[in-house]
Amino acid sequence: MNLFAEAFRWIVDPSHWTGGPDISGHLLEHLSVSAYCVVIAVAIALPIGVMIGHTGKGRGAAILISNVARALPTLGLLSILILLFGIGLLPITIVLVILAIPPMLAGAYAGVESVDKQTVDAARALGMSELQIIFRVEIPLAAPLLIGGLRACALQVIATLGIASAFAFGGLGIYLINGLATADYTQLLAGAILITVLALIVDGALAVVQRFVVPRGVALGRTDPNGHQKRARAPRPRVLQEGMQS
Amino acid sequence: MNWVWIGDNLGLIGGRILEHLALTAPPIVIGLVLSIPLGYAASRSRVARSILLSLGGILYTIPSIALLVLVPVILNLAILNPLNLVFALSIYAVAIMVRSAADAFASVPRDVVASAAATGFSGRQRFFEVELPLAIPVLLAGIRVVSVSTVSIASVGALIGIDQLGSFFTDAFQRSFLTEAIVGVVAILLLAALYDIVLSRIGRALMPWNRKQSAVMASPKVSTVPLGGSL
Repeated sequence: MNLFAEAFRWIVDPSHWTGGPDISGHLLEHLSVSAYCVVIAVAIALPIGVMIGHTGKGRGAAILISNVARALPTLGLLSILILLFGIGLLPITIVLVILAIPPMLAGAYAGVESVDKQTVDAARALGMSELQIIFRVEIPLAAPLLIGGLRACALQVIATLGIASAFAFGGLGIYLINGLATADYTQLLAGAILITVLALIVDGALAVVQRFVVPRGVALGRTDPNGHQKRARAPRPRVLQEGMQS
Repeated sequence: MNWVWIGDNLGLIGGRILEHLALTAPPIVIGLVLSIPLGYAASRSRVARSILLSLGGILYTIPSIALLVLVPVILNLAILNPLNLVFALSIYAVAIMVRSAADAFASVPRDVVASAAATGFSGRQRFFEVELPLAIPVLLAGIRVVSVSTVSIASVGALIGIDQLGSFFTDAFQRSFLTEAIVGVVAILLLAALYDIVLSRIGRALMPWNRKQSAVMASPKVSTVPLGGSL
């Protein structure tokens, strides 16, 4: 446990936070690259997933994609693309987007698909157009599962970026790789703690968002026979929870 | 693709496949065995459920490269000890399987358990002869997911110097040799498929009453997205 104390001292050491490539710089790099990869993945996967959930077409393909993605080793994908494109941000971005799409896709279609068909029929009977049904009925009701997909997608990206440091990417994984290379266990452990804390904070923040996006009507509807209100729950769909994360 | 290299190194490839098998089989078994009592407890008590599932969620959130470095410090093992990888993979396996197992036991119809009790089954008999067999379909779906992700995550062990198929990726990068990386990815995908096939065979053998139905029937509670599926 002494090593942990040393690692914490290393993390809070001001000299590791200022000047040159410091913790704040690597953290920023990790976060910004994660963010734009997640944005790209969501832009691709969300519309497709919602359409699959709405129409029910292409479900088999989506399941196949998420199963294959679970088996794909991130380290292998990274090494192949870096050998093909050379060291740089492009191959890393491609790998991250490839790995981030399946959980978002699964969240989107499982979410939309989980919306009660009678509710959708009722909306249709009221004269809503298909687009209105998607945007005003299905997406709001699926919101917790959509955020669940985003959660899995963000975790996947943050974890994979940690590995990308082995292939000349900055980010927080750099402390792990440097620590391993120089057998500096304090730095190694500090790097592991930093990445873990980042993942837990991002996941926790999105979990809070997930609580808040439960439509009010749904939350109100969850009362037990005695009229006591139950806390709105926003479970992650199993498939997301279990999606492979590197 | 450099086929000559593959031909010359069949021994090395076979050896790494065996190492990979040896490192991934124990975590899968450990995940299943530990998740059964934990999942059963979670299906019985609301408090146990929320504690166990949140704990699983947190453990599962730890990025693999970080966990691989944390484990040797916690266990006080040398960093190159392969047990570190087995332990880290077991943590992930249990973290995923607890949820599956909790759902599996929750999927057993209460009426069936009640009739077993009424027929005079003891608590232990009810568990081993009624609840456990009826939980198999969902347990099976869970363990298939675990096996596939375990095989794939194990490759990260190469970064801390534990030899298995993932070592092909770090070697390939250092030597700029694409063939090696492709061999590694293909071998991992094949190994994952092998695990999936073996596990579904075992599942079929354990559930003779399901043999005539389709393979996807298995999971009543997870019907939105069949978890196992073929690769």
